[in-house]
Amino acid sequence: MQRRSLWRRRGTLVLLALCLFLAGCSSALLDPKGQVGAEQRTLILTAFGLMLIVVIPVIVMTLLFGWRYRRSNSGAKYLPDWAHSNAIEAVIWIVPCAIIAVLALLTYKTSHSLDPHKPLESDVEPIEIQAVSLDWKWLFIYPEQGVASVNEVAFPVNTPVRFRVSSGSVMNAFFIPHLGSQIYAMAGMDNDVHLIAEELGNYPGRSTNYSGAGFSGMTFEAKVTTPDEFDDWVETVRGASETLTYPEGYEALAEPSKSHPVEYFSAISPALYESILTSFHTGGEHDMGDDHAMGSDHADASDGDNDHATPQAAASGHHTDNHATQDHAMRTHPTSVEAGG
Amino acid sequence: MFGKLSLESIPYHEPIIMVVAAFMAIGGIALLGALTYYRKWGWLWNEWFTSVDHKKLGIMYFIVALVMLLRGFSDAIMMRTQQAMAAGGAAGYLPPEHYDQIFTAHGVIMIFFVAMPMVIGLMNLVVPLQIGARDVAFPFLNNLSFWLFAVAAILVNISLVVGEFAKTGWLAYAPLSGIEFSPGVGVDYWIWALQISGIGTTLTGINFFVTILKMRTKGMTMFRMPIFTWTSLCANVLIIASFPILTATIALLTLDRYFGMHFFTNDFGGNMMMYVNLIWAWGHPEVYILILPAFGVFSEVISTFARKRLFGYMTMVWATIAITLLSFIVWLHHFFTMGAGANVNAFFGIMTMIIAIPTGVKVFNWLFTMFRGSLELTSPVLWTLGFIITFTLGGMTGVMLAVPAANFVLHNSLFVIAHFHNVIIGGVVFGMMAGLTFWFPKAFGFTLSEKWGKRSFWCWFIGFYVAFMPLYVLAFFGAVRRMQSYANPEWQPWMILAWVGAVIIMMGIACTVIQFWVSIRDRKLNADVTGDPWDGRTLEWSTSSPAPFYNFARLPEVGDIDSFWSQKERSNEELEEAPYTDIHMPRNTVAGPVISFFALIIGFALVWHIWWLAGVGAIGVFVSFMARVFNDDIDYYVSAEEVERIERAHQQRVKNSDPYKPSSEVEGRDGKQRYVEVNA
Repeated sequence: MQRRSLWRRRGTLVLLALCLFLAGCSSALLDPKGQVGAEQRTLILTAFGLMLIVVIPVIVMTLLFGWRYRRSNSGAKYLPDWAHSNAIEAVIWIVPCAIIAVLALLTYKTSHSLDPHKPLESDVEPIEIQAVSLDWKWLFIYPEQGVASVNEVAFPVNTPVRFRVSSGSVMNAFFIPHLGSQIYAMAGMDNDVHLIAEELGNYPGRSTNYSGAGFSGMTFEAKVTTPDEFDDWVETVRGASETLTYPEGYEALAEPSKSHPVEYFSAISPALYESILTSFHTGGEHDMGDDHAMGSDHADASDGDNDHATPQAAASGHHTDNHATQDHAMRTHPTSVEAGG
Repeated sequence: MFGKLSLESIPYHEPIIMVVAAFMAIGGIALLGALTYYRKWGWLWNEWFTSVDHKKLGIMYFIVALVMLLRGFSDAIMMRTQQAMAAGGAAGYLPPEHYDQIFTAHGVIMIFFVAMPMVIGLMNLVVPLQIGARDVAFPFLNNLSFWLFAVAAILVNISLVVGEFAKTGWLAYAPLSGIEFSPGVGVDYWIWALQISGIGTTLTGINFFVTILKMRTKGMTMFRMPIFTWTSLCANVLIIASFPILTATIALLTLDRYFGMHFFTNDFGGNMMMYVNLIWAWGHPEVYILILPAFGVFSEVISTFARKRLFGYMTMVWATIAITLLSFIVWLHHFFTMGAGANVNAFFGIMTMIIAIPTGVKVFNWLFTMFRGSLELTSPVLWTLGFIITFTLGGMTGVMLAVPAANFVLHNSLFVIAHFHNVIIGGVVFGMMAGLTFWFPKAFGFTLSEKWGKRSFWCWFIGFYVAFMPLYVLAFFGAVRRMQSYANPEWQPWMILAWVGAVIIMMGIACTVIQFWVSIRDRKLNADVTGDPWDGRTLEWSTSSPAPFYNFARLPEVGDIDSFWSQKERSNEELEEAPYTDIHMPRNTVAGPVISFFALIIGFALVWHIWWLAGVGAIGVFVSFMARVFNDDIDYYVSAEEVERIERAHQQRVKNSDPYKPSSEVEGRDGKQRYVEVNA
C-alpha cells in the first residue's frame, strides 16, 4: 500500500511535467509573438526554475522522510527530544532568503523594464490605438487615421503600438495573450500599455476581467499585418458606410450587446476617446448613467459648461489631455503621467 | 408593503433551481419531522442552540460548514460541467445569468461559509482546551457569533429560491456591483449575508484574542503555548485588524446602492479602484486567517504522530508572527494590472515574495520534525504530507504571480484559479480534514474510521491534481476565469479532464460522508476511553473524551512546551489528589439565537426594501439585547461533589476498558509501552 502510494505521488509529478511540456508546444504565453511577451516568458521560466531549487528538495524530502521514518521501520534513528539544530536552522533560513533575494532583484528590474506604461524602443514610429471596453465589446479608435472598429484591431508588424485603454462601462482588462501584458480598462481613467508584434498573423484578444453577462463573448481579433496590408485595412474601414458620432452614435453602440459582430466606422467625431474619458468627469448629459452636475473635483469649469463643444475643442488643443493628466494625479495613478511624458 | 418582493421573485421557470429547492424542502421536512417524532426539539434547543459551551459551538460550526461544503461543491461541479460542455460556440446548459451566480456563490460560500466556520469551529473546539481554560473569555458572545454566522448562511440559501444571488464574482467589484449595473437583489443578499456573518467573525476574533491572552492556565507562558494556539492567536489578530475594513467597505457600497452615493461609481468622483484596494486590504489578510490555523493543525499532527517534539518551536512562532505582519502590506498584488507605477508594483511584489521565506522555513520545520521521528502514517499524517507537497507547489505558483511583470500575463487567467485552489485545497481543506480527524475523538469520544479517511485523502489528493493542473495549462493557452463559454475547441479536452478531477474530489467528499456513517455505527468499537487516543502532547489530551463541559476538573499546571507529553514522561503515578472544588460556569442563553433571528429579519427586509420589517427586526435586536444586558442570572457553580461524580465515572470507564491495546499502537520505537505501564 505504502509503496503504491509513493508511486502515485511520483506519477503526479510526471503528469505535472508533462502538462508543462505540452503547454510549451502550442500555447500563447510560451510561444509569444512579440518582444514583451517573449521577455515575460523568459521571466516566468526563470522564476519557475529558481523556485524549483527549493520545491524539488522539499518534495523529495517529504517522500523520503515520510517513508524512512515511518513507525514500522525499526532501522531508522528515533530521537524524540531532538528539536533544534543551529546548522539546520541556518540553512533553512539562508536558502529561501537567497532565492528570494535573487527573485526580488529580478522583480525590481523587470517591473521597470516591462512596465506597461513604458514606450518600447524601436526605430519604427509608434502608432496609437485607443481601446474602449463597452458592454460587451471592444471599441478601437484610430485617432491618426480617424477611423474606428469594433471587436477587430489591426496594426502593422514590428511597429510599437501604444494602446490607450479606458472603459465606457464597468471595469475590464485588455489582453492579447500572444503579445504580452494586459491592463485594466477603467471608466474615466486613461490607462495605457505598449505592445509590439514581431510575427504576422491573427491573434485572439479578450477582456480578462469579468464584466457581466456578456463577458465570455467579449473577444476580439488582433490582426498583425504588413504596413501595406495595414493601409489596405484602413482603406477598407474608411469605405464602411457607418460613422461614429459622439454622443449619439456612441451611445447607441454602448447599449449592451453580446458577442457583437465586427463593425467598421469610416469616420469618427473628433477626440472621441477623450470625450468618452471626460464624460465620466463632467457628469454630462451623454453620460452613461444619470444626468449629473459636474463633480467638484474639477476646477476647470469650461469642461462642464459645454459638453457638446468639448470634443471639438479638444481636437485642436491639449486642453483635454491636460485634463486627463490632472485626473491621473488625483487618482494617484502616477505612472501614466510618467509614461505619458 | 413587501418592497421589491413579489411572487415573481421566485424563479419557477428555472428547473435546476426548482429541483434543488424541492430536494432542500424534502430534506428539511424530513429533518424537522424526525426531530418532532423523536421529541428532540427540547434537547436541541437546551443542549445545543442555546449552549455557550465552546466545544458544542465548535461542533455546530463544523456541521454548518460541512452542509455548506455540499452546496459550494454542487456549484463547483456545475461550473466544471458547464465549462466541459461550452466549447467552440456551444452554449452549455447554464445561461450566463445563472452561471455568473453560481461562480459567485461558489466563492462566497467556500470562503465565508465553509473555510471560515471550519477554522473558527476548530479554534472553538481546541483553543480553550489547549490553554487549560474552562471556556472562552466571553461565552455568550461566542454563541452570538455562531448564530450571526448561521443566519447569514441561511440568508445565502434563501437567495437560491427567493430572488437571485450576486452575479459579480465573490468580491463584488465595483462598479459592476453598483446599482447601475446590478439593479437586482443579488448584490444586496451578498451585502447583508457578509455584514451579518462579518460581525460574528469580528466578535469571534476579539473573543479568542482575549481568551488566549488572559485565560491561559498557570505556567503557560506565551512561549509555552501549543503552535495551534499561536497560529489561532495570529489569525484572530488578523480578524480584528482586517474585518472592520470589510465591514466599512461593504457599508460604503451599501450607501452607493441604497442612497445613491458615489464612493465607487464611474462618475461623480467615485473611484472603483478605491473599492478594489479596500476589499483586498481585507482580502489578503483573510487568506492568512484561513491558512495560519491550518499551519497550526499540521504542526500538532506531525509532532504527535512522529512522537517527537516539533522542530524549531521558536522559529515556527516567529515565522507565524512575521507572516501576520507581512500579510497587511501585500494587498496590491491582486491588481498589478491596475497600472500602478513600476516602483509601487515592485514594492508589493517583493513584499509578497518575502512571505515565502517564513512559509518556506515552516515547511522545513515540519520536514525536520519527521526527521528522526517515528511517523505513524495515519490519515491526518497523509493529509499533512499531501499538504506539504501540494502547498509547496501552490506557493511556487504564488510567487510567480507575485512578479508583477509575469503577473501581467497571468492575472485573471485560470492560472490564478489553479493557484489559489492549490493553496486553499492543499492548505486549508487538507488542514481542516487533518484537524477534524485529529480532534474528532476529543469532541465525540470515538475516533473516525481510518480506512475511509485514507480513501477520502487519496480522492482529494489525486482529484485536486487532475482538476487543477489542466487549469494551469489552459492559462498558458490564454484561458481566463469566469468564462461561461469559450470559442477555442482545443481547450475542451483540458476542461473535460478538469471535470474528471472534480468528480474524483466528489468521491473524496462521499468517502468523508461514508466515514462519518461508518464511524458513528462503530462508535463503541472505536471509543476513545482514555481521552488520549494518539499519545498526545498538549493539554487537550489530558482530559476525558468527550471533554466534560467544564473541560478540566482541576486546572492543569504547565512547565514546558508539550506539557502533557513531558508529564507522561516524568511519571506514571497518579499526581497527588487535590480535592475537587466548585467550578464557576456560564449559563446557557437564548439571547444568541434570538438576536440573530432578528438580524436575519433585518437582512432579509433590507434586501427586499421592506422597511417596516427592517424596523421590526431592529427593535427585536435592541429589545432582546437589552433583555440580555439586564439579565443578571448568567452563571452558576458546579458543586465539587458533582465534579467528583463525573470524574469517578470517567476513571471507572478507563479501568473497565481493556488496558492491553495492541502493542503496535502504543509502543514508541524507544520501546516504552505507555498504556501497558500505566495499567500494569
